Amino acid sequence: MTLAELVCPAGTPAALKNAVDAGADAVYCGFRNATNARNFPGLNFSPDEMEASVAYAHSKNAKVLMTLNTYPPAGEEALWREAADMGVRFGVNAFIVADMGVARYIAETYPDARLHLSVQAAASSPEAIRYYCENFGVKRVVLPRILTIPEIRAIRAEIPCEIETFIFGNHGLMVEGRCSLTNYATGLSTNLDGVCSPPAQVDYRRQAGNCVSSCLAGHVIDRFRDGEMAGYPTICKGRYTAPHRPEGYYAFEEPVSLNLAHMLPQLIEAGVHAFKIEGRQRSKSYVRAVVSAFRQAIDDIAAGGAADLDHLVSLTEGRKQTQGAFATKKWR
Amino acid sequence: MAKKTDGVQLTLGPVAYHWSEAKKRDFYARIADEAPIGTVYLGEVICSKRAPFFERAMPAVIDRLKRGGKRVVLSTLAEVVLPRERKATAALCRQEDFEIEINNAAGLYARSGKPHRIGPFMNAYNEATIAWMGSQGATHVCLPPELPGASFGAAAAAASAAGLETEAQVFGRAPLAVSARCYHARAHERHKDNCQFVCENDPDGMPLTTLEGERFLRINGIQTQSETYLCLAGEVPDIIAMGIRHLRLLPQDVDMVAVARTFHALACGALEPMAALDRIGELCAGTRMSNGFFHRAAGERYIAPEARTRVLV
Repeated sequence: MTLAELVCPAGTPAALKNAVDAGADAVYCGFRNATNARNFPGLNFSPDEMEASVAYAHSKNAKVLMTLNTYPPAGEEALWREAADMGVRFGVNAFIVADMGVARYIAETYPDARLHLSVQAAASSPEAIRYYCENFGVKRVVLPRILTIPEIRAIRAEIPCEIETFIFGNHGLMVEGRCSLTNYATGLSTNLDGVCSPPAQVDYRRQAGNCVSSCLAGHVIDRFRDGEMAGYPTICKGRYTAPHRPEGYYAFEEPVSLNLAHMLPQLIEAGVHAFKIEGRQRSKSYVRAVVSAFRQAIDDIAAGGAADLDHLVSLTEGRKQTQGAFATKKWR
Repeated sequence: MAKKTDGVQLTLGPVAYHWSEAKKRDFYARIADEAPIGTVYLGEVICSKRAPFFERAMPAVIDRLKRGGKRVVLSTLAEVVLPRERKATAALCRQEDFEIEINNAAGLYARSGKPHRIGPFMNAYNEATIAWMGSQGATHVCLPPELPGASFGAAAAAASAAGLETEAQVFGRAPLAVSARCYHARAHERHKDNCQFVCENDPDGMPLTTLEGERFLRINGIQTQSETYLCLAGEVPDIIAMGIRHLRLLPQDVDMVAVARTFHALACGALEPMAALDRIGELCAGTRMSNGFFHRAAGERYIAPEARTRVLV
């Protein structure tokens, strides 16, 4: 059985070090600006930090995949190009890109640079993936979290590049790279600014009847009873009413985390080359715990054994877990 | 000397909703006969399950629109995953009889090099992307609705340099997200595969209201839209001055002929922007207007003229 690469989140230099030390084959990270899709306060890397972190990762035989996966608005492309230039200078192992203009710039300027297609490019068919492979030399695609395992296997047979899939963490509901819900409510764009549900516009309001409402830019996204853990207000995880649902319901998805721990052997068999753990916004201790657990699991599977991952439940913050779209088409 | 409004035309985007065949026939008949619209985009962009319902009526509708002097462009699906969606996209992109507007990279792959338009779902946000698309056969680009107005001029200039025409949405609910999952079916406790086409009951989308009773979003099958109607009536003169010649109206369940007449008068300079905005407000009574995306504010907001920082022209 081919061993799949374990790709881990690094929101900070400390998280990067923890992920590498815990056995990550590769880490993904970006600069502290709009050029990457986790542009949150307190996260990401200055140029100096990036350079030092790449050196650290390489000293431990881990790769660094640089996230350059947002879309420059017209008039502002220079920031993305400068980020690519620095990434090449620091020796990152690949760029994770979504925008065709950014992909074109790197492919033309640095023909030896390796390109991965971000989930933000929303390439969900063999034809779309081949478009990016043939035109920009993309070597790996990060698949949207909307495909079943048989569908992944079928895509694998029809594309000339590697496949990376998310296996653990936050479960995006919308087609990534095609969602402007946050911009609609807050004025900050996921695609252009790298921001989803910005913390500066989040607040929790105590309401009558011992309730707490979680709000984004003044909109009530969900409501919790006293003692219940109040979730973070993300529009696609919110509770609303509709004409047929006056009681209020999770219109898009229950608040659940993705956990494909029990599907790892099937995913490997389907031809997945790399497993991605979500969570650049997570603490270094979370990253260390999750990466260690999955390192052990993948090594156990490679050795022909069964992986025990039940204890990962405690890391999902008491949330229900889902295998999402991967298990059955009925998810749709 | 040419007037700056020369060559400006209104376009009508595809109907996003699952309107019945009869409703669509009637709608397009009126558009053909009465609306001052230059180009009409036709086709199912949101849900491949809906497509067969209108296919039968398509030839007659196309014929009617052409007799009314409209240019007809066929639009492809925004989300392409299933075999039937891949086949439909490839077939549309390989035909030679009609101009097409592509909304997914699978379509770009099938079209490779032959002329086509770039739809609003294609994320053509910047100069390099537009130039690349032009080098691959694109002749026309519709900017993403969330692109700030400050970027319109640079995008239009890049398009023009690469030989493309530029289009921007000026009216209708903003498309905010698509998913693999059908939220209309989910609201009715069904799956996408057994949805029984409940979306047909919501010709202007299904409202989602916050737990505090605030109207927030609209569901249209796999698509999520704004509760507000994006309306750039107040910005149309600036948009034209930035070199954008095609102004897109999205079909809503209101008097679209009257909406088109209002925007036409505005684009010709026969109606002042604020008067046009008032008129649109009357035609869409009960729905809030928004222009936040253009002003790089929350998309749902309406930024009044006195509060605007003037965008560069």
